[in-house]
Amino acid sequence: MSNTAIVVALLVGVAVWFAVASRLTAKPWENREQSGDVGAMHASPARIGLWFFMAVVTSLFALFLSAYSMRMHQSVGWCHLTIPNVLWINSFVLLAASIAMQLAASAAGRGSRRFAQWALVAGGALSIAFLAGQMLAWQAVGPSLYYIQGSPAIAFFYVLTIAHGLQVLGRATMRFAGGAEIIDLRQSLALCAIYWHFLLLVWLAVFAVLLFL
Amino acid sequence: MAYVAIADRDAPIHDPHTFFRMYIWSQDHKVIAIQYSIVAIFVGLVALVLSGLMRLQLGFPEQFHFVDPNQYYQFITMHGMIMVIYLLTALFLGGFGNYLIPLMCGARDMVFPYMNMLSFWVYLLAVLVLLSSFFVPGGPTGAGWTLYPPQAVLPGTPGAGLGIILMLASLAIFIVAFTMGGLNYVTTVLQARCKGMTLMRMPLSVWGIFMATILGLLAFPALLVSAVMMTLDGTIGTSFFMPAVSSMGETLDHQGGSPLLFQHLFWFFGHPEVYIVALPAFGIVSDLLSTHARKNIFGYRMMVWAILAIGGLSFVVWAHHMYVSGMNPYFGFFFATTTLIIAVPTAIKVYNWVLTLWKGDIHLTVPMLFAIGFIFTFIHGGLTGLFLGNVTVDLPLSDTYFVVGHFHMVMGVSPILVVFGAIYHWYPKITGRMFNETLGKVHFWLTFLGTYAIYLPMHYLGILGVPRRYYALGDTEFLPDSVHTINAAITIAALVVAGSVLIFLYNMIVSLKKGAKAPPNPWKATTLEWQTPDTPPKHGNWGPKLPVVHRWAYDYSVPGAPDDFIPQNEPVNPELGGGRDHGVHH
Repeated sequence: MSNTAIVVALLVGVAVWFAVASRLTAKPWENREQSGDVGAMHASPARIGLWFFMAVVTSLFALFLSAYSMRMHQSVGWCHLTIPNVLWINSFVLLAASIAMQLAASAAGRGSRRFAQWALVAGGALSIAFLAGQMLAWQAVGPSLYYIQGSPAIAFFYVLTIAHGLQVLGRATMRFAGGAEIIDLRQSLALCAIYWHFLLLVWLAVFAVLLFL
Repeated sequence: MAYVAIADRDAPIHDPHTFFRMYIWSQDHKVIAIQYSIVAIFVGLVALVLSGLMRLQLGFPEQFHFVDPNQYYQFITMHGMIMVIYLLTALFLGGFGNYLIPLMCGARDMVFPYMNMLSFWVYLLAVLVLLSSFFVPGGPTGAGWTLYPPQAVLPGTPGAGLGIILMLASLAIFIVAFTMGGLNYVTTVLQARCKGMTLMRMPLSVWGIFMATILGLLAFPALLVSAVMMTLDGTIGTSFFMPAVSSMGETLDHQGGSPLLFQHLFWFFGHPEVYIVALPAFGIVSDLLSTHARKNIFGYRMMVWAILAIGGLSFVVWAHHMYVSGMNPYFGFFFATTTLIIAVPTAIKVYNWVLTLWKGDIHLTVPMLFAIGFIFTFIHGGLTGLFLGNVTVDLPLSDTYFVVGHFHMVMGVSPILVVFGAIYHWYPKITGRMFNETLGKVHFWLTFLGTYAIYLPMHYLGILGVPRRYYALGDTEFLPDSVHTINAAITIAALVVAGSVLIFLYNMIVSLKKGAKAPPNPWKATTLEWQTPDTPPKHGNWGPKLPVVHRWAYDYSVPGAPDDFIPQNEPVNPELGGGRDHGVHH
């Protein structure tokens, strides 16, 4: 929990620093004329919104993982989960998806639309493959209610992976909901790529905790 | 793509023409703000009625047979949860945040209007799910607003079946709504301010709402995590929080779960939540005091720093809510220390409010009365907080009415006084009508004196040892008879205060039609929302041209200036004075 507090305090710190970097000592009562720039960051609202959203998700997973570690250490009846091997493959699939998204974004930046489309399709397919792989992992871990009730490690495994899977799915939904507001294809792909890297990082953090804690 | 500041773009914003798109399925921040406020006030009234029923039971036990012990717990739970989350959080951020951020920053709307609209409808869904729990078998949950397991999901606690599940579902839905709104508020503040509106020129209301939103975005996930895991414990029988437990003579299947884990998660959200409610109130009250005292806010920069410091510190004090749960003494020492440290920036703010009033040209308007009332109740609640922040003092007082008095003073009455003050203050801009001043003052005095009559005696009851959460005290040897008399008196005061809300509602509703037409800037305020071309502001807020800001938000009573206020969008004119430094030469 204290780790989460540090993570969140850091996030608050970063947000505040980002927002106000060095301008906090301004003396607004002196009424100097300020030309043009008002200290807005040179980024589109969609990009800023995405960074804040990623901060929210970071906080969410930091708390889930804190809960995992506290539940493990604070109580009796904990037995470790045997990590299914398919998770290793899944990690590589998600890494590939992340790379594909990056390729799509760079291709769109260069203006080669066709390559961007192919890379995007590949990224989408790899993400679906990742989700399918996660389902295989659930099968391997113990698909029945009996195991979920009996072992908190298994229950946590489900909660964590489902929460992460929902993030992957959720991004697609967000695209529809916020669709009208995203300015153009290039920017939209760039943001997608950032989010996919973020998903990969979150997954690696979850995986590392499951493996090593 | 080259970056273009939002203030320089001339892309059209959404342009609705039908009634449905303008006032119901609307993307306009002002309409969404009003929708949020109406729903929040409506559920707030439900919670107010619940508190009245509880007080009837406490003041006159054995007299009213329509409140049984189970219902009493259900009323406590729903009252607490509704007031903290569905009223205060939603009203300050969804209501005032939505209305004020674009207007005070000089924007045409939020940066993601569609998501903003969805945020309201999802909030409404959360409220409906919550209220639906009154009508399911077993009724709403009676677990207390903190929903501590294991009792929250055990049979024997009222609403342990569907009630608690609906509560958790409603909270999860609320968090989704809040996140959609919150992303809008922060991004709008950061990216959509008009020309000249630097961060350090923003009114403190916007600063308070901005920081509270960041806290909410990072703290609500803790509630989501605990809600998800508790739902699983309650439905499919996992043991995240549930220890091995016997309930009603039956040994349950749960084992090994940690109820303390829930408490940590809950308060990791719960304590920042206090500041999610308090920071917007701090900001708004600063603007009310400055405007109605015709004086610049004292120590603007320090006020901003204090808001940021409080925001950061609010994440490292959560366990002071858990002293009685038992913890390592060093842990308690750490949290007592951080708790006392957070009193420093808070005290700075209080001193600055008082210094703003000092030698000001104080106009005792209705909003000003509420703002000054807030200083009293907040100091009162803050000081009792210093008692409770210490482990050794907290342990004997924690389960008594002292705590009830403390948190209602600091987190109930204080923000609500600001809510009332703010509604009176902005009513002329929102509706284009003036309210009835006399009724407003009657409302203030009944509320202010009434709430003191309710909560001051509760501190005394707490020191006597009257336990909280009890349905009835019965014949308790160690309590003097005066306790019962005081309880009856508190109930009468509570009913009077609840009645005064009717005066407020009457005033607000009747003035919509019968109030005098409001001038565009009745309080002679400097901030941008009072400088709109239309009152109430039309769709798009600013007509053809966005405002340009030339000064901070607090140029009141500038020496040498013709009026005692200079709007933010008035250019600096060295001939006429304006701004502290220029004024000195005249």
